[in-house]
Amino acid sequence: MSVYREITHNGLWRQNAILAQLLGLCPLLAVSTTLVNAVSLGLATILVMALANFAVALLRGFIPYEIRIPVFILIIAALVTIVDLLFNAYLHELYLVLGIFIPLIVTNCIVLARVEAFAARHSPGVAAFDGFVMGIGFVWVIGLLGALREIAGQGTLFAGIEMIVDGAGAWQLLPQDYPGFLLAILPPGAFFILGLMIAGRNWLDHRANERAKARLLAQRAASTA
Amino acid sequence: MSALRVSLRTAAILLVFTLAFTALMALVHDLTQPVLQATAQEAKRRLIAAVLPPAAYDNDLLADVVELPPLPELGLTEPTRLHRARRGGQPVALVFEAAAPDGYSGRIGLILAVRADGRLAAVRVTQHRETPGLGDYIDPRKDRNKAAPWIRQFDGRDFATMPREQWRVRKDGGVFDQRAGATVSARAVTQATGRALAWALARQDHLYLLPAGARYEGKTP
Repeated sequence: MSVYREITHNGLWRQNAILAQLLGLCPLLAVSTTLVNAVSLGLATILVMALANFAVALLRGFIPYEIRIPVFILIIAALVTIVDLLFNAYLHELYLVLGIFIPLIVTNCIVLARVEAFAARHSPGVAAFDGFVMGIGFVWVIGLLGALREIAGQGTLFAGIEMIVDGAGAWQLLPQDYPGFLLAILPPGAFFILGLMIAGRNWLDHRANERAKARLLAQRAASTA
Repeated sequence: MSALRVSLRTAAILLVFTLAFTALMALVHDLTQPVLQATAQEAKRRLIAAVLPPAAYDNDLLADVVELPPLPELGLTEPTRLHRARRGGQPVALVFEAAAPDGYSGRIGLILAVRADGRLAAVRVTQHRETPGLGDYIDPRKDRNKAAPWIRQFDGRDFATMPREQWRVRKDGGVFDQRAGATVSARAVTQATGRALAWALARQDHLYLLPAGARYEGKTP
């Protein structure tokens, strides 16, 4: 059980793909213009990461070390193609929203990084769980980034939700005549906001470390007294 | 010798992986193909229904087509199909694609229906990359004014009641509104729509007469 707890803690916070490892910035910046776009890409990424980790862990005994990277890329690209085709055929409504993002997942180095760093050394079940949780770690960060950019950029939240839920509409959070803030929508704005989020994470970690240190010192002082 | 054998073995393993995953992809592709074709037809039908209500015609639009070469007058870079709507054999409307090459972020794809009486039935944006929240109001699904989306102002317009030079956004001295801060997107769509309407009107008799499935050669009739 503790293995799963550690994987969860790593994926969501300590080794978070974006905030800690700074991986997959290209799709992150390109797609996080609105909350709905961001979460849609994130959900597709979770699926591909869990599948890729599972497949590689299953086949890891047959993959020679020297050619592992081409084989990993081959497996990831094939899985993305298959997910793309299946979505298009059987979940067409969702595909109309996610469709343009699914091929982008191949370019997301988080997937390859997890396959290489984790799935190649663990059993299929644990590896699939790791891919899933790393994907969740990606979703919450990209979702938050998308929400912040959307609110700052156009004053709404959930724009585009009508593509997924019929009849739903965007929330107008800021006044209707809010002029919009172009910088937040364009890629440089994504860099600024992501930078602030990383700084926030580092600050929280730093504070937690300081507290732990203070507690340790207090304990030591108590034991010597 | 042993190094050579290791290399050959590694190459063979890579080959096996490639073959296995290619076969897997081919299998899924073949399985999904019929479903994909059906959904593509359905999508096309829905796209056409956005510019021309199905009740307006009684022929099979997806069969009554003219193949169009990549026509620069329409901003097209790829061959497309023009659909002819008829009712009781009489021409009702032409449905075809066009593109505005000069959007704020590149090409804006359009679909138009031009009625046989010379009016534009409607125009819709099929694909664009205009800035979200700024220029994307040209797509009625992204337009914040749900009651009267920007693109609807073209519905029913023709050159008989307004001169060709008036087919412009207000900022350029025309009759069509644009939203503040995003004139480029509106101008691109307006110009391309005007060009496409003029193109269709100049040769619609010829287009209705061509046999179904024929290729339009781009000659002025």
